[in-house]
Amino acid sequence: MEVQAKTIFKRPESLTQTVTHYCPGCTHGIIHRLVAEALDDLGVRERTCGVAPVGCSVLAYNYFNCDFLESPHGRAPALATGFKRMRPDMIVFTYQGDGDLASIGMGEIIHAANRGEKFTVIFVNNAVYGMTGGQMAPTTMPHQITTTSPAGRNVAEVGFPIRVAELLSALVTPAYIERVSVHAPEYIIGAKQAIRRAFEYQVKGTCFSLVEVLSTCPTNWGMTPGDATTWLRENLMPYYPLGVHKAPEGKTTGGA
Amino acid sequence: MARILMKGNEAIAEAAIRAGAEGYFCYPITPQSEVAEYMAKRMPEVGLTFLQGESEVAVANMLFGAASTGKRVFTTSSSPGISLMQEAISYLAGAELPCVIVNIMRAGPGLGGILPAQSDYFQAVKGGGHGDYRVLVLAPSTVQEAVDLMMLSFHLADKYRNPVMMIGDGMIGQMMEPVEFPDKFEEPELPSKDWAATGAKGRDSLIIKSLFLDPDALERHNWKLRDKFDRMREHEVRFEKYKISDKNKVLIVSYGTMARICQTAIDELEQEEGISVGLFRPVSLFPFPEREIFEEATKKNIKTVLSVEMSTAQMHEDVQKAVMGKKPCEFFGHTGGIVPNPSELKELLSKLSTGRKARAAGTKTAGKARAAGVRTGASTRRSAARKTRKTK
Repeated sequence: MEVQAKTIFKRPESLTQTVTHYCPGCTHGIIHRLVAEALDDLGVRERTCGVAPVGCSVLAYNYFNCDFLESPHGRAPALATGFKRMRPDMIVFTYQGDGDLASIGMGEIIHAANRGEKFTVIFVNNAVYGMTGGQMAPTTMPHQITTTSPAGRNVAEVGFPIRVAELLSALVTPAYIERVSVHAPEYIIGAKQAIRRAFEYQVKGTCFSLVEVLSTCPTNWGMTPGDATTWLRENLMPYYPLGVHKAPEGKTTGGA
Repeated sequence: MARILMKGNEAIAEAAIRAGAEGYFCYPITPQSEVAEYMAKRMPEVGLTFLQGESEVAVANMLFGAASTGKRVFTTSSSPGISLMQEAISYLAGAELPCVIVNIMRAGPGLGGILPAQSDYFQAVKGGGHGDYRVLVLAPSTVQEAVDLMMLSFHLADKYRNPVMMIGDGMIGQMMEPVEFPDKFEEPELPSKDWAATGAKGRDSLIIKSLFLDPDALERHNWKLRDKFDRMREHEVRFEKYKISDKNKVLIVSYGTMARICQTAIDELEQEEGISVGLFRPVSLFPFPEREIFEEATKKNIKTVLSVEMSTAQMHEDVQKAVMGKKPCEFFGHTGGIVPNPSELKELLSKLSTGRKARAAGTKTAGKARAAGVRTGASTRRSAARKTRKTK
């Protein structure tokens, strides 16, 4: 009897063979893979340039097998703007965490979205500063304990967590903005579809696209990976509703 | 091409296009906004990229992204805006990305004022942002020279894969003068930009970054950059000498439009009193013409080296360093938007040259020098403006 081996699962061409530096249970690896699969599916790897942020995913450039820039903290959308304006034929994406995008880089992301820059943003929201050691982020949940909110986030002093997808959806400029999660397989499938759709809009030159991905940080949340996925589901998902918040076809939650 | 009358800011803009700039990113700020206004019309005409960003912070970072494509890109701003750009300039230098940044300087610190100044000298030539780096700094003294240096800046940026900064005081940007553009920008051949992020087609993917977590790698990178800055010191020193002779007792060191006012003072003093003063005008501020200034300053006939600036003595520190204590170094200047007047300069030069007591200068009498300037501030401004026009 002849046995034929058929490859049904392999490393995407858009990923390099690099040993991960991410912590056990961190979902950056999953999200990296989803981005790489989208680049492979669309056949754009050879004309793609990514922009890495400052934060845990500063080293994203080591994992992606496409050209990459490393940005100052929060400025990835400005770099992507400059790059894409000079090379509209290339596919450009930023990969940013919540401290990078929603705190120090808030100005850059709002204006890039508002100009309708034709690049894609992968926004990883794990409600904490990861690399610097678990400090409070703009997306940290009320009462969530972090190293700079040891008694829990006090919303009377520092306000409520920022819902980036909703905030950017309020802009009038057409865009594709969806929030997804990667804490469980069925959600990962949805996240993959959203990321692919975001890149498709860019390939067509339709609009700015951003996918906010709810992510875990077991190390800085002080939890096991399993508990972290549960905490995400029970705490982040109710506050950060999943779904398409804005689409160029007209589905919007705000604006005109 | 025929000579045409142009405002400095517009001439700088046009020069950039003729030097092959394909992208311009800007944020409005006085006194350089005409560059942005000119480019907003001109860049789309010639199918090039113009973008007004949301802040100087963003604009300088757009420049990073744009420069990563390997195309010639630039921005223009003025002092407070340049401060905001320092973050990206440090990253640009760290990642070895070529680009051109123009600073049409106004008076500081803080919001300061909008009148001409040269008080960003330290910021420009000593690094400006964090880390061990330099940018190549050129300082024009006429609108024509601004055109020429602007074009040269793009070449030098590519040659060294480093940001190049052209600094002019507000007068360079605002003044109108006849300029001539070369029909074609001739430049020596440059190496291919194999470092540019153009997509990993037919080659390995590449990374443009300034991050080196391994200290050995970072130290190697820093020394590599240092070697590059030393090559600039070796090859890119630029300067001009005016009426330097063995009859000089005083050697002025001055740059930018300030040097033109010195020329007026020198010419008038020669006519009126027969006193000969020489002027050494650095054109490259980094690299600074240290050896050349030392050579001139240490000539037997020179009794005093006088730095003249629109600041409270910034370049003066580099002049002192260049002279290495071999001759007395004095300073004269105004700041805050007040432009030194040829008359007060003549008075000072006459005293320094004839050995009469220099009331208005000297390291010991620096306080008096400042006071003298302040006293004549208002008339100084008017008369300096009048005299500057005479300076060709």
